[in-house]
Amino acid sequence: MDELINDFIAETRDMAQALSGAIVAWEAAPEDRARLDEIFRFVHTVKGNSGFFDLPRLQQLSHAAEGALAEVREGKRPADRILVNAVLAVIDRIGELVQALESGQSLGSEDDEQLIAALSSEAAVPALQPEAAAAVETDNKKAVRSIRLSVDLLDRMMSGVSDAVLARNELARRLRDMPRDVAIEAAFDRVSQCIAEIRDAITRTRMQRIDSLFAGLPRLVRDLSADLGKQVRLQADGGDVEMDREMIEMIRDPLTHIVRNAIDHGIEAPEAREEAGKPRLGTLKVSARQAGNQIIIEVADDGRGIDGDALVRKARAVGLLTAEQADKLSAGQKQALVFSPGLSTAGEVTAISGRGVGMDVVRANIERIGGVVDIDSRLGHGVRLCIRVPLTLTIIPALTISAAGQVFAIPRSAIEEILRVGSEAVRFDKVGEAQVATVRGRRMPMIALCDLLGVEQVVSDSERRIILVKPAGGECYALGVASVHDHEELVVKPAAPAVMSAGLYAGTTLADDGRPILLLDPSGMAKCAGVNFNEAEIERHLAVKAEREEVLAAESTLLLFRTLDGRRRAVPVGLVERIEDVPVSAIGFSAGKLRLALDGRIMPLCGCDAAPDAEKLRILRLTDGDTEVAYGFAEVIDIRSLVLDLQSAPAPGEVAGAFLVDGAPVELLDPHWLFSLHADAGSDRATQPVCALPEGDSWVDVMLRPMIEGLGYRIARAGELADILIALEDQEVPQDVNVVRLRSAVEGQGSVYRYDRAALIGALAAAKGRKHG
Amino acid sequence: MAELLLIARLAGRRIAFPAADVEAVVELEGLTPAPRAAPHVAGLSALRSRVLTVIDGLAALEAGRTEGPAQDAIVVPSGGHTYALLVEEVEDVIEASAPPTPAKAPLGAGWDRVSLGMIEAEGELFLLVDPHQLIAGPAARAA
Repeated sequence: MDELINDFIAETRDMAQALSGAIVAWEAAPEDRARLDEIFRFVHTVKGNSGFFDLPRLQQLSHAAEGALAEVREGKRPADRILVNAVLAVIDRIGELVQALESGQSLGSEDDEQLIAALSSEAAVPALQPEAAAAVETDNKKAVRSIRLSVDLLDRMMSGVSDAVLARNELARRLRDMPRDVAIEAAFDRVSQCIAEIRDAITRTRMQRIDSLFAGLPRLVRDLSADLGKQVRLQADGGDVEMDREMIEMIRDPLTHIVRNAIDHGIEAPEAREEAGKPRLGTLKVSARQAGNQIIIEVADDGRGIDGDALVRKARAVGLLTAEQADKLSAGQKQALVFSPGLSTAGEVTAISGRGVGMDVVRANIERIGGVVDIDSRLGHGVRLCIRVPLTLTIIPALTISAAGQVFAIPRSAIEEILRVGSEAVRFDKVGEAQVATVRGRRMPMIALCDLLGVEQVVSDSERRIILVKPAGGECYALGVASVHDHEELVVKPAAPAVMSAGLYAGTTLADDGRPILLLDPSGMAKCAGVNFNEAEIERHLAVKAEREEVLAAESTLLLFRTLDGRRRAVPVGLVERIEDVPVSAIGFSAGKLRLALDGRIMPLCGCDAAPDAEKLRILRLTDGDTEVAYGFAEVIDIRSLVLDLQSAPAPGEVAGAFLVDGAPVELLDPHWLFSLHADAGSDRATQPVCALPEGDSWVDVMLRPMIEGLGYRIARAGELADILIALEDQEVPQDVNVVRLRSAVEGQGSVYRYDRAALIGALAAAKGRKHG
Repeated sequence: MAELLLIARLAGRRIAFPAADVEAVVELEGLTPAPRAAPHVAGLSALRSRVLTVIDGLAALEAGRTEGPAQDAIVVPSGGHTYALLVEEVEDVIEASAPPTPAKAPLGAGWDRVSLGMIEAEGELFLLVDPHQLIAGPAARAA
């Protein structure tokens, strides 16, 4: 019995889904007898089945709908909007009931009467109001879905066949080692062929026409455009493309969201469209096609498009972008901001799209299945969103490569191009700790796979190949490998957690010879190597590099020293102001950093994690001309002039890289990193603005002073000349001084309310500006 | 029925695994390294078209690393994956004569974490080791 009911549930759900398109078509053309018959058959079937299973509510609903539709069929009443809405509401309710039946929940029955009443020919329009709400709710519940054949079973069949393929390969190897026997070979060939056919067939059982994904769209578009008072025509194309069933389920929600967005934010209201010289009827095109091993799904609307500049403004406002970064964005990059979390061009949140699920979630969902989303928009002309996903989840076309004498695989979808090192098109630069490849003028980070894996490189540079890898949704980077072997279709399985923890792998697979191969994860590799910076950032790095190259000129003069923990390190002599012994008592841990008090100033101290257990500490005083950083060390080894052959460090840090001096490795400090990390406003007195405060006021001492200091100002000592003077209401101030006056009343003129932090910061900045101007 | 035990040698000690956890005992053919995986992962190997994640028993105990050519490994399915646990030698399968009792004394570095107690079989007392704990590796201890 249970099994029968499950069948009934699944069947009803599938039918309801398939039907939604028919209902919308019927509404558009009520005289279409074929559609009407289809809907009639559905409610009729439900009625019959629910009678059999003794489900009175379902029976009542379907009976009422059947009755109304029968009248239409007999020409006794017209299929007007009221009737269509009522029928839709009943079908929705049937869907909800079936769902509740499946999950064992109960569903309130109070509306049933109303729905049934709405079907009657005398129904008043207001009775339809609950319908809209009900429709939206069903949408939310669509998450619980299953297909009739369990995916587990399919997976087991699939892995069984892959095992068979591998067993066949093993057998083939054994056969090659044996004396030839024509009869056995013929039999073996037949087995091979059978296995190949089975594999094909099973791959196809996982496939489903993308129709099932598109089937829900007409209804969605109809409901949305009705709710929003818009007119939208849906064109769906390419429903016969087949893709992995599981994949279809994974795409369903992102696609729904995109369509929703297109209608809500993209397509304008009919009047606005007319004003813009467009037809009142907006067009939404959804199409699917297969290109190689990818399925491409495009959603295009002819609405108002995406205003890239508005997105930039928004991103600036929420602090996602700096002005400098914003200037460098291309039009495409601006539009792609729509995928950033927390950004939406919609001026107001609507009930349709404003549910806190943004395009960032859409992109994340698609990337999770190895897909890519691209956006292309012309302001005023519409948006085209392109989703590209792999054909299946389990068989991945991949490129096998080797590095450090070991074979790896990379998903082919992430590979843009393969180049040979030393070809004209590629150039390499070292940018401090990172390597940058320039391929035909395009700069990108460079990762050497063997470095990334932490294994020795076994081939010379000239034999290396460069693969341009573009992870889904990430920036392109160059991957240096020893050699490239072959394209293969690999059956990929997840790797054990202890292996996945490396963050570099997407799974494991077996080569034809039965050896395991690790599938590299393109975005994981980028993450591990720390290359998530985009072209604009590389430009910036290169600019920094140019500055630093003066310091690290072809032949650099370096101070070699031994650190407190015994390492050999070096620093360019030009950066060392002097070497000094300081008493350990001058070292303190304050404000999250180790600091050293010296000559009445405080400077950050690095080179040690805590004050050493001794009386005195020897330090290098490093300066960039402005800021000073102290570096504790044990002893000076030497001063050398040499040509640096630097092996870059894998990640930015205190050490830029290593080089050889007299055959022993020496680490080169990265002064840029040190200064960028340790330099802070508080460390430098010369450029720090000085602010004078009223004396003898406890509010000033307790409340104001810490805040002003927190803003980077130094508080003037008694009698010292200050850049800015903060004065209380009645305080007399000298002429020619920048004064910011505070008042204790909320309302007032020419002064700042003492608790208005933002106004105070603004006034201080303005006063500082006056001083410099 | 008394519990069956697989007796093996690891880190110079004779230990017992519950035989129910063990799928097979194999001699590994070839080992593919898995760079930057957890330190107790020796690499990957294949068994009848299945990928085995090879766990270095010594490293899992934080008692060094197994060197030298492939040795005996016991195949243990755990958490949806199949593992091969490298041991120095697999000796025998015997019947336990009594249920395991908790170990009374500290067993020494690494062993405490993987131990299921002491168990007696054929007149000898063995340390009963949980292969899943060995597979989880030293990192699991923190959790």
